[in-house]
Amino acid sequence: MTTQTAENVKLFNSGHTACAGCGLALAARLVLQATGPKVIIVNATGCLEVFTTRSPQTAWGVPWIHSLFENQAAVATGVEAALRALGRGDEARVIAWGGDGASADIGFGGISGMWERYDDVLYICYDNEAYMNTGIQRSGLTPFKGHTSTSPAGKASLGNMKQKKNIPAIAVAHGLPYVATATVGYPKDLERKVKKAMEFKGPRYLQILVPCPLGWGHATSDTITMSKLAVESGLNPIFEYIDGKLATAMTVKQKPVEEYLKPQARFKHLFRDAAGAEQVKLIQEIANNNFAKFKVEAVK
Amino acid sequence: MVAKRAKNILIGNPGTSLANKTGSWRVFMPVYDKTKCTACGMCAMLCPDGCIHGDKAKKYDPDYDYCKGCGVCAKVCPVKCITMKEEQK
Repeated sequence: MTTQTAENVKLFNSGHTACAGCGLALAARLVLQATGPKVIIVNATGCLEVFTTRSPQTAWGVPWIHSLFENQAAVATGVEAALRALGRGDEARVIAWGGDGASADIGFGGISGMWERYDDVLYICYDNEAYMNTGIQRSGLTPFKGHTSTSPAGKASLGNMKQKKNIPAIAVAHGLPYVATATVGYPKDLERKVKKAMEFKGPRYLQILVPCPLGWGHATSDTITMSKLAVESGLNPIFEYIDGKLATAMTVKQKPVEEYLKPQARFKHLFRDAAGAEQVKLIQEIANNNFAKFKVEAVK
Repeated sequence: MVAKRAKNILIGNPGTSLANKTGSWRVFMPVYDKTKCTACGMCAMLCPDGCIHGDKAKKYDPDYDYCKGCGVCAKVCPVKCITMKEEQK
């Protein structure tokens, strides 16, 4: 057995306190493997910040700074400006990380400003589809009819009433040179997209879907399976926009949304009665629209 | 003095989380059948804790000091050489 020692420090290390089967812990490691050591991470409050830095320990092997929930983009701008002012701009690139809550809700104004100023920062949104760290509250990226503690399913409601906010489209509208989505179920695709994003100058946006066994309510061993099903069902299309034009979209064999929804406890209320079945039909419609929108032909 | 204390508290050294042996969380442990393993490296690539090490020659081994027993490796293994066994402590 090869036990890690202090001399064997990697870019992202074991010993962090993520839940078993956490998709985000995997995403963080894969991203750093692709970028290499010459990066500075600015991390908004969220799961990633909490589980990697149990003070005074840290799982990071690269420079890392924690910001508030709402100002990760502003801090990243400052770090990037400081590097330029010191004439050390070629020594490191800046990456800002935030969860779906920090990106789509709380920190969104700051991010929009960063994109408008055209700062040379890669913004990564890890999308676990709710505020998982504080007890699974609904965020702007929670899927339609998903159960969370602030959009509970019961007699009067069948879960989250709004559709997932389309942040990649908002990013494209800002005129970003590179916008992409990825997920941990396709690690090689994720790696390629991070490398591609690092080739561009200016603001870039990458949204990584990361399954959360705790919040989604699936088995810890199903993290990769759920990630792939999210894409195959059509609910989370994987694509990239270069200079505002759709460059690639992942082609998959389309599967019915039930296959993705059924293993997750947050959707179990949809499989109890006829009212739930109606909602599943609506979710299938969202998936079909996604397939049509990204011109993804179902592979036979 | 205050600045020095703040530095000690607020700035951690890289990789110090390695002192935190998360293996104690585990209920089920992955057991490898080395005769079936083809050393494809899929388990090492997709381990959420990054605690599976090895190479093509030596094949792969989980580091039980950090493995939380999530079972992702057993699920993604293309030749199903990993089984999750309940740990006897």
